[in-house]
Amino acid sequence: MSPILIIEQVLNGLQFGVMLFLMAAGLTLIFGVMGLINLAHGSLYMVGAFAAAGVAAATGSFLMALVAAMAAAALAGALVELAVIRRLYDKDHLDQVLATFALILIFSEGTRWLFGSFPLFLDIPDALAGPVTLPGGIQYPLYRLVLIGAGLAVAALLGLLIGRTRLGIRIRAGENDREMIAALGVDISKLYTLVFALGAALAGLAGALVGAIQSVQVGMGEPVLILAFVVIVIGGIGSIRGALVGALLVGLTDTLGGIFLPELFKLVMAPAAATSAGASLASMSIYILMGAVLIWRPTGLFGARA
Amino acid sequence: MTIRNLLASAALAVLAMPAAADVKVGMITTLSGGGAGLGIDTRDGFMLAIDQAGRDDVEVVIEDDQRKPDVAVQLADRMIQSDKVDVLTGIVWSNLAMAVVPSATAQGKVYLSTNAAPAQLAGRGCNPSYFAVSYQNDNLHEGAGAYATNEGFENTFIMAPNYPAGKDSLNGFKRFYEGELAGEIYTQLGQTDYAAEIAQIRASGADSVFFFLPGGMGISFLKQYADSGVDLPLVGPAFSFDQGILQAVGEAAMGVKNTSTWSKDLDNEANAAFVEAFEAEYDRLPSIYAAQGYDTANLLLSAMDAADISDAEAFRAALKAADFASVRGDFEFAANNHPVQDVYVREVIKEGDIFTNKIVGTAIEDRSNAYVDDCSM
Repeated sequence: MSPILIIEQVLNGLQFGVMLFLMAAGLTLIFGVMGLINLAHGSLYMVGAFAAAGVAAATGSFLMALVAAMAAAALAGALVELAVIRRLYDKDHLDQVLATFALILIFSEGTRWLFGSFPLFLDIPDALAGPVTLPGGIQYPLYRLVLIGAGLAVAALLGLLIGRTRLGIRIRAGENDREMIAALGVDISKLYTLVFALGAALAGLAGALVGAIQSVQVGMGEPVLILAFVVIVIGGIGSIRGALVGALLVGLTDTLGGIFLPELFKLVMAPAAATSAGASLASMSIYILMGAVLIWRPTGLFGARA
Repeated sequence: MTIRNLLASAALAVLAMPAAADVKVGMITTLSGGGAGLGIDTRDGFMLAIDQAGRDDVEVVIEDDQRKPDVAVQLADRMIQSDKVDVLTGIVWSNLAMAVVPSATAQGKVYLSTNAAPAQLAGRGCNPSYFAVSYQNDNLHEGAGAYATNEGFENTFIMAPNYPAGKDSLNGFKRFYEGELAGEIYTQLGQTDYAAEIAQIRASGADSVFFFLPGGMGISFLKQYADSGVDLPLVGPAFSFDQGILQAVGEAAMGVKNTSTWSKDLDNEANAAFVEAFEAEYDRLPSIYAAQGYDTANLLLSAMDAADISDAEAFRAALKAADFASVRGDFEFAANNHPVQDVYVREVIKEGDIFTNKIVGTAIEDRSNAYVDDCSM
């Protein structure tokens, strides 16, 4: 196992983690501020990817596609909040799960109806295509490096927004005590719509960025959604910093576990058995990580509430 | 015997005959969700042949299984018990086929597979009422193995998802591949990011890569592989290079070799007519699933011409005779009701704006399947 391979895999883990962060940030904000379990967050990711593919095909511009993805997902998010989610805040979590699960089905079949049953084409822009050679002779796709940079930039902006702006103060206040900030004259329902649209836009951005290197198809959001839930549980519900740390931990664990566990097992087992045992353990690794974190800190790494 | 008796028995015989000749077909396939493209092509290919025949003695009931085994089982039960279908068909996925086929054939229904043909149903679990019109699942992978051997690949890296069809795939490849393996990995089913695997391929010193990643998994892998700077030759079964998928992969698939039992440029009369009619009817190019659906319907129609569905034994014999013009050219059934057919090597090309495949060679001629001796039928 060469150092080059290890560095490359660490970069892969980082890139995966950063993209998970974009999903998890919206999810944790919505859960933290509104106490809402939104299973349809993965559908907003899909909406972003489809909007990006549609606009990229029409205009040929990747930048326009990204803008369209965020706008479409934010719009879809705001509409869904106004039409459906608003009625769910004072219901218990089971009702929320049922209603947002229904939204998944509606979004999936609606997208299929609009765009057809076959996967769409969305490619990375020519300027970012192909590998670059990093110091030490590592060949690594430029686009993935850009993804890491873009994700970290969004994380920084989001940190500023939450930490330094009036909107951020309101969001944090809403997380702590929603009756009190309503009593102080903040229009809580407008704030909720805004937070929901913000979370949706982040999911849409993730969908568009990842859609360029994966397959833009119906149902693409649900596998990511499960991981995003793991991330916010590890990071602590409602915490953006927790979502970032949790996402990087999950990304690195998942990527490195899949590579190194089988190798590790080969030291003590026959290769065939090691491969299958290692692969099985690797797919469990993030859940084991989640369990360990919860034993150590039951509210997650940065969670305030139980 | 009086004249009256004679007339009466003749009348009875007449009454009994034409009514029973109607065949009711239940098609269970995936029409919603992520895998819907495959089911829709299956249905459209099948219905094209039925419509072309223009006959009124066959009725088709179509239902969506949502790619869920439990839904498929419910649909099959309902079709058999209340719709009273004679023939079932259409399932795309092997796990759904395993859930439906054994009980359907046990209830005396004929099952014609338009796609899924798992090893379990080809070997000990074979059944005289079960016909795989498509292939045996291993065939395309065996073709890829034979191609790798013919090309002189000596150190291939092989990869498939960690589920039964993935394991069958790698075993099928190894059955015809004579070189060394640079690596053998199982990925997660539904995995969308292959950066870690591509890094392993780069580090492994392989001279070629075989992969079986159907549907969206293949799209993701091909795009990421093309962007990674690794330029080892790729080979895979047709599932990742299907007409419905290729447009989503784009340039990244250009020139890649893949194995298939069918291609739109396969040179025979039935195929040319099929491709033309399909394009005219649905305004898109057919996929292998559409071709297999079309063949399945034509096989059924040919059997209906030769025998009555109420005479199960004669009808099965008529199916087994496979007396129809297949879009795959020569077509016959092996002893376990799976096809004997050529496996071709195709290359991804661009025709105008459309990405598609063209045949560049034959990997294995007249390939039957590895399980025919396990079947005691």
